[in-house]
Amino acid sequence: MSTAAAYPTTWRPPALFGSRMRQRLALFGLAAYLAWSVSDLNVDVARMLAGFPRALDMLARMIPPDFTRWELLTTGMVESVQMALAATLAGLVLSIPLGIAAARNLAPRPVYLAARGFIVLGRTLHEVIIAIFFVKLFGFGPAAGLLTLAFASGIFLGKMLAEDIENVRSGPVEAVRATGAGFGQTVVYSIVPQVLARTVGVVIYRLDANVRHSTVIGIVGAGGIGQTLSASFSRYDYDFALAILLSIIALVALGEWFSDWVRRKLR
Amino acid sequence: MTALETAQKRYPEVWRRRSARASVVGWLWAAAIACAAAWSVSALDIEWVFFADAHEQAIDLARRMWPPRWSYLPVIVKPLIETIHIATLGTLIGLVFSVPLAFLAARNTTLNGFTWAIGRALLVASRSVNTVIWGLVFVAIFGPGPVAGICAVAARSVGFLAKLVAEAIEEADRGRVEAIEATGAATSQVYLVGILPQVMPVLIGTTIYRWDINVRESSVLGFVGAGGIGLYLYASINQFAWQQVLVVLAAILVIVIASEAVSAYIRARIS
Repeated sequence: MSTAAAYPTTWRPPALFGSRMRQRLALFGLAAYLAWSVSDLNVDVARMLAGFPRALDMLARMIPPDFTRWELLTTGMVESVQMALAATLAGLVLSIPLGIAAARNLAPRPVYLAARGFIVLGRTLHEVIIAIFFVKLFGFGPAAGLLTLAFASGIFLGKMLAEDIENVRSGPVEAVRATGAGFGQTVVYSIVPQVLARTVGVVIYRLDANVRHSTVIGIVGAGGIGQTLSASFSRYDYDFALAILLSIIALVALGEWFSDWVRRKLR
Repeated sequence: MTALETAQKRYPEVWRRRSARASVVGWLWAAAIACAAAWSVSALDIEWVFFADAHEQAIDLARRMWPPRWSYLPVIVKPLIETIHIATLGTLIGLVFSVPLAFLAARNTTLNGFTWAIGRALLVASRSVNTVIWGLVFVAIFGPGPVAGICAVAARSVGFLAKLVAEAIEEADRGRVEAIEATGAATSQVYLVGILPQVMPVLIGTTIYRWDINVRESSVLGFVGAGGIGLYLYASINQFAWQQVLVVLAAILVIVIASEAVSAYIRARIS
């Protein structure tokens, strides 16, 4: 018996999914899925290849970005920011009762289940779909966008708040309860101090997310810069569209930087 | 001041959580936030008259939606599968591009300051533009259809995946990298053998997480003509076929919740 078998001279990296057999199976499955999905989508290769010259043409028409209509651009951007700001605050107001109702350690069982069900359903539908319904109910314009973002923020913040409340240390809660405090006093004096810092961080994050979302719901007529962008695309006004896209990127990057900065300060 | 007065000052009869100063600061913050909210709402030109009959509109809409037209369900099975395909293929393409981008945007693996800045700029651009807006761009390039949708999903996912993977690369264990370097490995080998296996769990976990977000995003890509179920939802809404809309919404609800459950299950299994 030689030692060569025990100490192989070449090294093979360890398998990704446990054993080599499983890795091969996973790769095979992936290949089979790709074959199925691509054939199912009946991708038109000729159409795709035709797209590349069009892409170049579009790029050529996009450059240089046209900032001459900056007034229209600024109006849309300011509207988006206002929508995001107002929606975040409205969402915060909505999220407090929702978060308390969806926390297992505070709410009675039926309320907890109802609130959790509401959160799951509310999170499922995309903002754009919710925006369509608000546009139907409240007409075109920023009101629909504001309500959409407020609804989505309320659900998101409510979920985060509920999870924070479920994770509070029970000692302070019991201590406050032991003094004979009512439900409201218990929440204010034992829950709020424990969840406040994290909630402020989440709210700032959501403000940043709302700025991003406010750029898209305009596509269904819910106001903001998205409406301007969608209009410029449908008018083949590509140089203005690029100006809007660059402005959105700048705004979102700024918002993200601000939200990171605030959250670092809070920590 | 007597000792009694000092004690009374230090231990007042009525307990207050905040000092006078802290509560003033708190109220000022609240006032500032209220002003910001008032400014935002007042500056948006909102037609308050529409609020008056909104509840009637809602009841009217609900009445038109009921009962759901289940006979529409067979029509939307194929677009539903297409929606999931768009999400999956888009995520896979995003995954392929995100790995090199992550190495470019991580401080410890990028070539120099310039390439790092390029990597970061690509990350920000990809993440800032919403999937649906990417959809608008790709529909203009490739024409309406699922290809535009796949590209849109991929374009948005690249930044998301690469950002988290780049963070994982920056936090990767130096020891293992140095061990590989000590064997005389080339840079590419160090990245492949020293770093990639370390970030693999983050890469796989984030990809699966992104996939379920993408299923949700693909459900509306059809609004801008980028394929999937959104096209049918949009068409039904434009035809005021509200009974069909309800069926489509129910179907979207099912696939999104199912994909979220699958994603949560897999992530729980691998971590």
